[in-house]
Amino acid sequence: MTEIILQTTLNAVYAASYMSLIAVGLVLIFGVMGVINFAHGELYMAGAYTVVALYSHLNFPFLIAVAAGLAFVGLLGILMEYSLFRPLRDNPLGGLIASIGFLLMLQTAAVLGFGVRMAHIKPPIQGKIELLGAVLTYQRFLVIAAAILLLTGLYLFLRKTKIGWAMRACAQDREAAALQGISLNQITRIAMFIGASLAGVAGALTAPLVSPTPYMGHSVIVTAFIIIIVGGIGHLEGAVVAAVLYAFVHTFVTTFYDGVVADIVGLVLMLLVLVIKPTGLFGARERA
Amino acid sequence: MREDISKISKWGLGLVFLAALLVLPQVLSYSQREIAVLLVINVLLVASYRLMTLTGEWSLGHVVIMGVGAYASALFAKRLGVPVPVSMFLGASTAGLAAAVLSFPLFRMKGFYFLIGSFAAGEVIRLVWKYFSTPFGGPKGIKLIPGFPDIGPISMFEPENYYYLCLAVVSLSLFILYRIEQSRIGLTFHAIHWQDKLAESVGVGTFRYRMLAFVLASFFAGLSGALYAHYIGTINPTRFDVEEMVFVLIWAIVGGTNTFFGPIIGVVALTIINEIILRSLGFDSARPMIYGALLILSVLFLPKGLEGVVQKAGRIFKARKAPEPTVRREQNA
Repeated sequence: MTEIILQTTLNAVYAASYMSLIAVGLVLIFGVMGVINFAHGELYMAGAYTVVALYSHLNFPFLIAVAAGLAFVGLLGILMEYSLFRPLRDNPLGGLIASIGFLLMLQTAAVLGFGVRMAHIKPPIQGKIELLGAVLTYQRFLVIAAAILLLTGLYLFLRKTKIGWAMRACAQDREAAALQGISLNQITRIAMFIGASLAGVAGALTAPLVSPTPYMGHSVIVTAFIIIIVGGIGHLEGAVVAAVLYAFVHTFVTTFYDGVVADIVGLVLMLLVLVIKPTGLFGARERA
Repeated sequence: MREDISKISKWGLGLVFLAALLVLPQVLSYSQREIAVLLVINVLLVASYRLMTLTGEWSLGHVVIMGVGAYASALFAKRLGVPVPVSMFLGASTAGLAAAVLSFPLFRMKGFYFLIGSFAAGEVIRLVWKYFSTPFGGPKGIKLIPGFPDIGPISMFEPENYYYLCLAVVSLSLFILYRIEQSRIGLTFHAIHWQDKLAESVGVGTFRYRMLAFVLASFFAGLSGALYAHYIGTINPTRFDVEEMVFVLIWAIVGGTNTFFGPIIGVVALTIINEIILRSLGFDSARPMIYGALLILSVLFLPKGLEGVVQKAGRIFKARKAPEPTVRREQNA
């Protein structure tokens, strides 16, 4: 029994790590631009397919493929910012709808380029850590380590650098930030790059573990929505805590009951938060 | 005098349009008739969605509500043996009832929160269908749903005849939806959309009106679901997933949600583009991409949707025929 619990805990930590990468990116984009990026799950998918293309098809080393995924998806983010969110800056609903359009285009591009079937990727890193009968593969360990590293880096970036300060200023009050001479265009571009590339790197790192399909973004975006609502929209630390909370609840319910029940539990959790405290567990101010 | 003429020409246009709708199945091939049936059903779906958006709330659960109507009607007819026309009405009412229940948690939210809340509520309903094999049939859904009973010698299995049935039901529904929008209730919906605090301050119970809009919209969405279920004969949870909702959004937004006919123009135009032009070109797998591009382009460049283009064309046409009136009334902005 302890083995199962330990194993489930490890699984939950793994799920929490990549989901918090995705959710933090989504929150960052919302915080700075005020737009919910519906295509975020497809950015994750694009990261995974970068690995399929470079590592599986072209035999580049895995880590280079991951770095390329990060850069490529970050550039996709800049493209979205430039062509969609910037012209629609005063129309957040329009931005959301445009991102749905972008989602369809990315999905179709993946279908046309790689087909609808699952892409299987040979595991780039073999071996596993055994811990009191529970198993953690190095591949999963890599995801966890990368998530901790990237999120710590992002935290330091936002707290310590000038651009990070400017970004938080934009998130608090865009007009006031612009009055201080902060370039909104520059800050939103950087935020979009970081937000998208976090999703991309999550997709790239987990690609060998999940067998990418063009439609993998759907379940990811649903989970990410749950996490950002539970953590409070626009609240970065809240997103990480909510990701951990959600991952544990979901993984344990899946292990001991059923996957569909776990999905229902997650959604009901989100609805409860929306009804009782719409600002999320950690959100303080109203933003609607 | 000129008003009389324009009234007559309006009626004339309406009659021509009606005649065209009645003749339509005769000039279409069998498979195109099937598409025409689905198009008429989708017109009701998207028109009911517009009623919902009148109060300013954009739901992402509307297709699931349609599914509630479909599932309920199918189950009433199949399990309880209710005659299909009655079960359709019961299915639509169940959808309305579901909306009434959902109002309590959902209308505590606004804007993005409502959007995501409605999405979550819809997903919960869909997962419940998926999880419970009895009575919902699990992931495979419900099969062999009884069809609409034949009326005398007229077989409702034929798409042509079902088209006329749907046309009648949908026309009546559209008339009711239109009347609701023109009525005092519709004006209140508009007031809540643009100035909810002000509306509240003059004594409008915004929650009750939001709920009313949601319930009415859901009733007609459920009706469209029931029409769908008894025509296709099989439904499953995937049929009502968020992809379908995205299409409803695209129809409404590309058409333009400012006026009653905007979303209808959207669904008709896009279905024609989709079925006739794209299908004949053989771009089957690239179609979502074209849809996505259309959605982005219309959000960026047609903020009023296709209906804005139609209005503009109409104004140009009128201006050429008659001198511009000195005082131009603003269209409902």
